[in-house]
Parts: sequence; C-alpha cells; structure tokens
Amino acid sequence: MTRDIAVVAFAQTDHRRTTDELSEVEMLMPVLHEVLDATGLKTADIGFTCSGSSDYLAGRAFSFTLALDGVGAWPPISESHVEMDGAWALYEAWTKLLTGDADTALVYSYGKSSPGSVRDVLTRQLDPYYVAPLWPDSVALAALQARALIDAGDTDEPALAAVASRSRQEAAANSHAQLRGSVPQGDYLVRPLRTGDCPPIGDGAAAVVLAAGERARELCERPAWIRGIDHRIEAHSLGVRDLTDSPSARLAAEKAGAFERPVDTAELHAPFTSQEVVLRKALRLDDSVRVNPSGGALAANPMMAAGLIRIGEAAAGIHRGESDRALAHATSGPCLQQNLVAVLEGDPR
Amino acid sequence: MPEVLKAPLAVEFPFTRSLGPVQSAFLTGLRERVVLGVRTKGGRTLVPPVEYDPVTAEEIRDLVEVAPTGTVTTWAWNHEPRRGQPLDTPFAWVLVRLDGADTALLHALDAPGPDAVHTGMRVRVRWAEERSGAITDIACFEPYEGEPDQPTGHSGEFADAISGIVAFARLDYTYSPGRAQSEYIHALSERRTVGERCPSCRKVYVPPRGACPTCGVATAEHVEVGPRGTVTTFCIVNIKAKNLAIEVPYVYAHIALDGADLALHGRIGGIPYDQVRMGLRVEAVWTEGARYPDHYRPTGEPDAEYDTYKELL
Ligand SMILES: [Zn+2]
Repeated sequence: MTRDIAVVAFAQTDHRRTTDELSEVEMLMPVLHEVLDATGLKTADIGFTCSGSSDYLAGRAFSFTLALDGVGAWPPISESHVEMDGAWALYEAWTKLLTGDADTALVYSYGKSSPGSVRDVLTRQLDPYYVAPLWPDSVALAALQARALIDAGDTDEPALAAVASRSRQEAAANSHAQLRGSVPQGDYLVRPLRTGDCPPIGDGAAAVVLAAGERARELCERPAWIRGIDHRIEAHSLGVRDLTDSPSARLAAEKAGAFERPVDTAELHAPFTSQEVVLRKALRLDDSVRVNPSGGALAANPMMAAGLIRIGEAAAGIHRGESDRALAHATSGPCLQQNLVAVLEGDPR
Repeated sequence: MPEVLKAPLAVEFPFTRSLGPVQSAFLTGLRERVVLGVRTKGGRTLVPPVEYDPVTAEEIRDLVEVAPTGTVTTWAWNHEPRRGQPLDTPFAWVLVRLDGADTALLHALDAPGPDAVHTGMRVRVRWAEERSGAITDIACFEPYEGEPDQPTGHSGEFADAISGIVAFARLDYTYSPGRAQSEYIHALSERRTVGERCPSCRKVYVPPRGACPTCGVATAEHVEVGPRGTVTTFCIVNIKAKNLAIEVPYVYAHIALDGADLALHGRIGGIPYDQVRMGLRVEAVWTEGARYPDHYRPTGEPDAEYDTYKELL
C-alpha cells in the first residue's frame, strides 16, 4: 500500500421501525450533510462518491439514482454504486483513493425495509434454481446455523440470550439504536432462534468520508487509518459449507492484518446472536476485546447500512480517542456467506 | 404535515432461466423421481449438484445417482410457514445429506413437532404428485426408519430433459412516497400543481422529490405553478400499451408549467397528433374524481418563443 487512507467522518440516522413520512432521499440527506459539515467539505470537493443500497427492500426501482439527488451531483461527479451493504461501497472507494485518482471520498448507504417484508425479500438473493423456489426466509436460514452451533457444543440458548441482552444493554448509550436497554428474549421465531436473537427490522442510513494522507489530517483531528481491508466469499450452497465456522471472515481478517496485533474493540455485523459466536471464533476475539459497544446489528440493522455503520462506529471510537486499534466487520448473504474485515488505527497519543 | 399516503404495491416477476447440463439433469431427474449428484475430481459427491466445483472451479459433469434417503445435518422448527414455503402446516427446515452424497440439500421436513426432529435423524424424500422438473418436485422430506434406499444406477441421461425453469416471484409492499411527493399528491387532488423551490439555486421542482439534485439540499418552500404550460419536447406513441384504453397514435410530451424549472410529462389531447409542436401552450384537463390530470390540451395562446423554454428541454 502506497497511501494511507482514513475514515475522517461518520454519521448515521436514528434507526426506526418505519419512516413512512420520508422518502429514501429525505431519510438519507441529513447524514450526507452531517459528514460534509463535519469535514467542511462540499460535494464539489469530494473526489469520488460511492453508495450501497438495494431496490428490492422498498420495491422502488432505481431508488439509488433518486438518492443521488441528496448529494447534489452537478456539475457531474465521479460516482459509483454497489447493490450491497455500504461497507463494500467503502471498499470500492478505498481502492479508488489508493490509485491516487481521488484524495477524498463520500460513501453512503441506506435501507428502507419498512415498506416490504424483509424476511421474504431476502429469499430473492438465494440460488434461483434450488433454493429460492422454497422461500426459506432469512430467520430460517440463520436458525439452521444456530442449531448447527448448538449441536456442535459451541453455544446454547442461554448463551445466545446473553449475547442479545449484552448488545441491547450496550445500545442504551447509543441514541441511534432501535432496540435499547432491556428487551425480552421473546418466543421462538424459528426455533432455536427467539425474537430476541434476531435483529430489529427498520429503516436507516449512514455516511462516511474517507481521505488520503495529509488531507485526512487536515479534515480530522484523529483520523481512523484503514491499516487493512479485505473481503472474502464462501460457496453459495449452504449444504457445502460448515455453518459453525467462517473461513471467509478469518481469511479476510488475516489479509487485513487483524491478527498481527491485538485490537481493543471490534464492531461485528452479526444480525443474529448465533453469528456473533461464529465470528468471535473465526476472528479470535477473546474477552479482552470490547465487542460491539454500539450494540451492533442486534440493536439496529438497517439493511445495506448496518455493515458500513460497523466501520463508522469503529472509526468514531478512534476519533473520540476511546479506541486505538479496532476491527470492523460487515457481512452479506445468508449465514455469513460473505465477509469484509477492516482494521482501523488512530495515531499514537 | 398532511397525512402520510400509502398504497399497496405488488412486484411480481416470472424469471425464465436456462439450465446448465448438470442442473438440467438434476431437475429432470426429480421429475422422474431420481436424485442425481455430481462427482468432483476430488471424489466428493455434491447434492444438489452444481456445474462447477465450489473449491477448484473446475467444470464437473460426472453425474451419479444417490438415494432418496438420508440424514438430517441441521434443522430449524418453523411453526408459522410463510407464503411460498413447501408446507403450509408447521414443519422443520432441514439440511439433508442424502445417502451417497457428501453435501447437504435444503428442504422441508414434515414432522409432528420439534420434539420429533433431531440432527442425525433419518429421512426420505416425499415426492410431489405432479412433477415438472423443479426443486419443488420434492414435496418435502418425511421421517424414515428403514435401510438406505439403493439407487438404481441411473446414468443421468434423459430423453426429454428440461432446458429451463420459470421461477415466479411476488413481493408485497406498502408504498409511501415521502414528505415532498405526499404534499404534491395532496395538492393535485385539489387540482393544484405545487412544486418546491430550492433555497440555494431558487429553481422550482415539479414534481418535487424533497431535494435539489443540483445543490443536494432539501427543498421546502411551496410554489404553485401552472395551470398553463409549454410543450418543450414530445414524441408520438404508435404502439398500444397493455391495459391502456388510449387510442394510438397519441402524443406524450414534456410540459414546463408556468413557474416551474423542471418539465413534467403528460399526454397531449384535443389536437391531432401531427399538429403538436414544441412551444405549444397547453393546460391540464381534469376528469371527475381523478387525483391527477388526465391529459393536457391546447390553450389557443400563441406558441411560446424557443428562448423562453430552451433551458427546460
Ligand atoms: Zn438547487
């Protein structure tokens, strides 16, 4: 790597079950303004803009082009979009900055799950020949993984409930979170997962500004330097994978340099309690690491934004001086199929 | 703030998908009550079979029949089946490793309750009565106590193999258009066209979407525009749309309402299609009970000068 690139600003909406009164761009625009204001940049100053979203969530075709209205894309800007979580948009922006083509990048993502039924919508990302015709919803697939973990002796229902409880307790200090404080574990949704093991369904958006080298130091008192970032994917067929492990997360972490030195904080994108169990093992996180001080995806899981928020939260901890070296993780697909890991560091204090 | 508008929206789409040779053999086999796997060069048998080795990416074509009996490798109890799922009574989702296979297949298991299901339990395929060459030709799995079924040694060759599937999908939404468009639609129902002005560049957007796409800031100041406007450009539609009663040919135009900085589009009526021109002055025609103009018709005013609308093209 020839250039140091940092997260210099992060903003997110308050994530809520519904935002009927707002269109996607109306929901997104305040966070775009917040990160631009924080850095003093204007749209015209940004070298590259990249976003992540999915039209299937709200059933609104080409919603990402409408969302661009919130950026102010005139005169024409250098722009790209991924039909993925914004963490992957950040990855694209990071590579763009590495090439030297741009010194700053605006990355944003948003998801409005409230207009549809996200459990069913997510079935449409599955193998269309053998799996999608059965409509296995996202909770069902996560429950198969949870059962495999329980059978393997990696966890049990009380341990999963403890993950849920700890996450929402941490979220009590996070005003953006949707589920905060004491939340009942509830009934089985798809056994062995209870409602408490599952993420809240909601709407939200997030934005990040990246900057390279000295530009980052000008824009942010303590930039969160991306020391490494990598993403890996596993076979799409669930029956081929060992659901109790995440070799893709482990390899991404290795390539991102996560194992070179311990991290003090980890923001894991684990929408289901059982997935935190898999990730802790794959990423070798012991009790010395503070996991999901934000509450994680169990406290707020705006689709397409929740992964970018993990990177943003990890960076914000470094900006505030609460963390010196953090791991941020994002996932995509069923049962942690695809995983992205970033390692962020602050300058020595 | 007016009441939030909501409307049901169903997105339905049939995907017509062609099959590779391995997928074709597998799905045709299901139609014939034969379960086929594919053998990798490393000697593993994958069920369901794929065209390429998930580890080495090698093309794999070595089809091998496996038994319709197998073992549950993991399961999840689904007490509230959802639309489209294999059973409409409570069932277990299962991954099943069929006898002779090294990987597991996702499907449903018909069982009386969660206490009757465990990892390691033996199951067998229950075939659907009517089969067409689809994963749903397996109706579900059912508990099975006997010995592993013996495959017949099918070659994987079929006289009338299917070459594609049609996968139907339907997703239901409750659409709400957001603040700016809700206010626009509310005003339209009073036969007023109300746009929003950008606080930065002062442009008036009709219909408003809540943000100025040039400046990237929220629009809020309401500006009533029209009711008259100018055709900035147009096209002649010669092909009749499905479910549309309008006779062809007709004219569809961009119309800059007076006071608007963005042209909206609408149909032009009340004038032969071949007499519509750029600069034609038009006004909205409303029909009883409609929430938006049915079409626009000429006002009889002289045509607008090109310079007055050239920025709105
Ligand atoms: Zn403007």
